[in-house]
Amino acid sequence: MTAPLIDVSHLRKRYGEAVVVDDVSFHIAPGECLGVIGPNGAGKTTTIRMALGLATPDGGEVAYTLDGTRRTMPADALAIKARLGVVSQFDTLDPDFNLAENLLVYGRYFGMKDAAIRARIPQLLEFAALSHKAEAKPGELSGGMKRRLSLARALVNDPQLLLLDEPTTGLDPQARHLMWERLQLLLQQGKSILLTTHFMDEAERLCHRLLVLDHGRKIAEGRPRDLIAEHLEPDVVEVYGVGALALAQDTALRALSARVEVSGETVFFYTAQAHPLLAALEAHPQLRTLHRPANLEDLFLKLTGRQIREEG
Amino acid sequence: MSQVSTASVWSAPRLSMRWWPVFLRNLLVWRKLAIPSLVGNIAEPLMWLVAFGYGLGALVGQVQLGDQKVPYILFLASGSICMSAMNAASFEALYSAFSRMHVQKTWDGIMNAPVRLDDVVLAEMLWAAFKALFTVTAILGVMLALGISHSPKLLVAWPVLLGVGITFSCIALIFNALAKGYDFFTYYFTLFLTPMMFLSGIFFPREQLPPLVRAVAEWLPLSAAVELVRPLFLDRWPADPLRHLAVLAVFAVGSFWVALALTRRRFRG
Repeated sequence: MTAPLIDVSHLRKRYGEAVVVDDVSFHIAPGECLGVIGPNGAGKTTTIRMALGLATPDGGEVAYTLDGTRRTMPADALAIKARLGVVSQFDTLDPDFNLAENLLVYGRYFGMKDAAIRARIPQLLEFAALSHKAEAKPGELSGGMKRRLSLARALVNDPQLLLLDEPTTGLDPQARHLMWERLQLLLQQGKSILLTTHFMDEAERLCHRLLVLDHGRKIAEGRPRDLIAEHLEPDVVEVYGVGALALAQDTALRALSARVEVSGETVFFYTAQAHPLLAALEAHPQLRTLHRPANLEDLFLKLTGRQIREEG
Repeated sequence: MSQVSTASVWSAPRLSMRWWPVFLRNLLVWRKLAIPSLVGNIAEPLMWLVAFGYGLGALVGQVQLGDQKVPYILFLASGSICMSAMNAASFEALYSAFSRMHVQKTWDGIMNAPVRLDDVVLAEMLWAAFKALFTVTAILGVMLALGISHSPKLLVAWPVLLGVGITFSCIALIFNALAKGYDFFTYYFTLFLTPMMFLSGIFFPREQLPPLVRAVAEWLPLSAAVELVRPLFLDRWPADPLRHLAVLAVFAVGSFWVALALTRRRFRG
């Protein structure tokens, strides 16, 4: 078995009294995409910052095996970062440079020669679907374009492993789909990705495995489909409309479902057999029902609760 | 791993040549704005020189410097060039560096690449010193054109003024590391730099100061700069050059170390 590209073991971080990352371990195999999901304040960004050697852990170890050599953070930070590509949560593009200059200047930080960077710029801009904007400045770009430029910039050194902190937050659906397509392309090319996200459809679509964090702790880990099968009934019936909330206490309906949850004006019936439940609900034609398979969002809300978090 | 978390922010600087691409980045931005920034950089010092040098100079006449009488404009020019180096370095290492560090998050982007914070701080320090040298060069050019001094020893004043820029960018980076916003820098200018301007013998000889104040003023970095540069304008060699160079060096090295420690603390999450 090849060594994992990144091997994080028993990572721990506290700020004063608050433990923000508590005994988190995970690894990423070559070619794999690992998604880290969790509510705001779950410790996702702090974990990434420690993986990058930007924050110092209070315990545990971050080791990388890139190009066959095992190295640890932060002692070998420079050698490790030479083979990483990073897109942080907020764009750090240079507003005074056009797009081509942004890529050129960033490549220099890796010690690359100007000629080598210039040779890569056209393909990087093409990858980001920004070839027509080479002379534009970041201020003239849409949010999606900026994120794609940040991704292209992270690829300037042809990294083995990409660390992406919420790469699609704040993007419209078109821009998000284009970003997904690009990330799929990178996975097909054999790159590995660590991705944090708030979007469950993104996590389900892109990630081979998921890590669920809450209050700094790992509360679940596995393949998306396996996690859903393990934690949830296969079917969900959502009921909403005037009088829907009263149904949550209806003993007949409760008997037909494994679990009932209420969120806002909607009642969620979780069940392995939806048809008897749907038949019983026909007695309430004024209510609207939605029958669907259980998904990652249901799993996420089951594991982390439906309450709004402080920062949310 | 635990020994890493206790590594002190005061540990020795770890510097490498990775500062160079960061310096180049600033140079590339500045190249696009060089001409307008040149006008801003030299217009103000020249106004001081014209207003005070020719205006006040007509009232003052000559200034007694040791055994020599010197026209006031020459006295002022040789001091104010040090002030220009100080101001140019301070502005760049405060307002501009803070923009890159805090507002644009340029430093964060750079540190996702294989560049250490220590090298970023070194690059900013040298960049601010370069800006000071550039400003000083332009002002020297105008002073030569105005015929204020034609001393060949101005060639020596040039690297000395680079050293002045280095010293003041190191000091300014301490305040950059402590700043929460741009307002903080106003204190630095009004409480530190402006009093220093009046205590360092730029506008009048330090002999005019009360003895106690003068004893302190002798050791200010701007005084050391003036003591080194002024004689060179008069085609003489400075008295006690090693002492003054040592003052500048001590301020530079000590401040850089403090600035680096405070910046590391700021970035240590």
